[in-house]
Amino acid sequence: MSKNLLQLQNISKSYDGQLILDDLSLDIHENSFVTFLGPSGCGKTTTLRIIGGFEKPDQGRVLFDGADITDLPANKRQLNTVFQKYALFPHMSIADNIAFGLRIKNKPESYIKDKIKYALKLVNLDGFEKRSIDSLSGGQQQRIAIARAIVNEPRLLLLDEPLGALDLKLRQEMQYELIRLKNELGITFIYVTHDQEEALTMSDYVVVMNQGYIQQAGSPEQIYNEPENAFVADFIGDSNIIGGVMLEDYVVRICGKTFKCVDAGFGTNKPVDVVIRPEDVEIIEDDDPKAILHGEMTHIIFKGEIYEMECRSEDGFEWLIHSTEMHEPGKKVGLYVKPSNIQIMNKPESEDEEALGVEE
Amino acid sequence: MKSKSSRYLAMPYIIWIVGFIVIPLLTIVYYGFTDPNHAFTLGNLAEILVWENYRPLYRAMLLAASCTAICFLLAFPLAMILREHKVGRGSIIVFIFILPMWMNSLLRILAWQTLLERKGVINGMLTALHLPEQHLINTTAAVLIGMVYDFLPFMILPLYNALMKIDDNTVNAAYDLGASFWQTLTKIILPLSVPGIVSGVTMVFVPALTTFAISNMLGGGKIYLIGNVIEQEFMQDSDWNQGSGLSLVLMIFVIVSMLFVNHFDDKSDTRRGGIM
Repeated sequence: MSKNLLQLQNISKSYDGQLILDDLSLDIHENSFVTFLGPSGCGKTTTLRIIGGFEKPDQGRVLFDGADITDLPANKRQLNTVFQKYALFPHMSIADNIAFGLRIKNKPESYIKDKIKYALKLVNLDGFEKRSIDSLSGGQQQRIAIARAIVNEPRLLLLDEPLGALDLKLRQEMQYELIRLKNELGITFIYVTHDQEEALTMSDYVVVMNQGYIQQAGSPEQIYNEPENAFVADFIGDSNIIGGVMLEDYVVRICGKTFKCVDAGFGTNKPVDVVIRPEDVEIIEDDDPKAILHGEMTHIIFKGEIYEMECRSEDGFEWLIHSTEMHEPGKKVGLYVKPSNIQIMNKPESEDEEALGVEE
Repeated sequence: MKSKSSRYLAMPYIIWIVGFIVIPLLTIVYYGFTDPNHAFTLGNLAEILVWENYRPLYRAMLLAASCTAICFLLAFPLAMILREHKVGRGSIIVFIFILPMWMNSLLRILAWQTLLERKGVINGMLTALHLPEQHLINTTAAVLIGMVYDFLPFMILPLYNALMKIDDNTVNAAYDLGASFWQTLTKIILPLSVPGIVSGVTMVFVPALTTFAISNMLGGGKIYLIGNVIEQEFMQDSDWNQGSGLSLVLMIFVIVSMLFVNHFDDKSDTRRGGIM
């Protein structure tokens, strides 16, 4: 395991009496691609601004490479930020924008020239030195903003929803571009987004946030396959979240039927939340002995690579199902879920934990 | 779309422009280039080379430039503070600074006269404190104070608008790249507020250069500016030819200064910061 580059310790922050971050702690490893993911107002951008030095936490400490930088101003920190709307300097040429940080540090002009060339090559904009900012498209401006940050050789790059203003196709292109850059440069990325797909595609480590709390932190696979609570399950991808009862280890009761699962340690007869991904619900023949639930298809939407369907089981629960096979509404079907695809989560108990829950 | 009706709609403005701008201007040009016998001459323009005329012009240029510089030095930090604290357009503070613009400028100068007079408010206070009376009115300083007071809001407003337009993240980006406050100010904030500076400088320098009311009321005829010379030519000497000639010279100075100032604006960028 690589060492911690950045540590957030018990960070709290409020604006006008409203708590934005509540006792947040997090370690970020050197050379990882970390994403803060959450709905707007969850505190992810505030966290980034605290790391960048544009905001001071009310409580808690920020450690960079072991040293306390909580009170260090932004211009003294060994990290750079790529801002949401690029924040390029409109009165300067592209070369001058990229050179800004280096000129501040009084680097020799020949070094700066080489760096500009190198950075423009890295972001696939060779020969753009003399162009003005206005002549660039959004995607190109984004690349310049990244180039301007990375020429300073920061150890940590903060990216605040950098792809938010781009159209879908360009976003996907830039996602791969960023992953490539990250691997070529070998610097740590902290990325803020509300787009769960973006988070899963790009990061090594996803931090899901809501209402100032970290809901869950882990690899994209962990976050998707083993959500720890209903909020994470609901926010990351589509899911069926059902209240159930854990009868004993490896046995859960949902929708009036008993399912085998692979989770243990919840106790006996314990109420739990159960998440089942729509692609994990298998539609089989009504009379198939494997069928655990029986129901009737109610809706179908063609989504391109899959059909999104809904099926009402006997107890009235509407199951969301993704499948490449089509099943017409009105058809009687059987439903089956593999034990390993059933994810059991603790129900929130206290009011504090309730805050972690799904917010409508 | 150039329909006939739209041309009719423009008529009132065309009449206005012709009647109140073009004709008076042509009249001044005509008087400026002729002598009392309606013969062509450049003598009226050459009058500026006379000591009694170019001295007041020089003095007016100096005072207007000082007034502009003082206004800028007062207004820019204020606009920065307003920006820093995110003071919006509708706030009381901005309103208070803009408020004097709504009052007649002659009334405001009259108020200064009362303050600075020999037996005025300030000297009254000094006497009460057993301090020696000061000679305040009818000095260059008094005229300068009046100019600064009169024209300051015209500097504040465009600077405030230009600074408020600068995106917070653009400023943050400069800090992020290692710039100190001073470097951010000189390399980012000042260049980006050039359109506002140009508007402000124009709106302060031109009226300051051409004023005669302020120098009359606070200078007591002792601080003689080019505006006073021209006023005298028209009002006392009834010499329309010479008055027009000097007006034209002054106009040239105004145009040249504005071309000079606008040169910086064109160099900065295309985004213009209007007055409002």
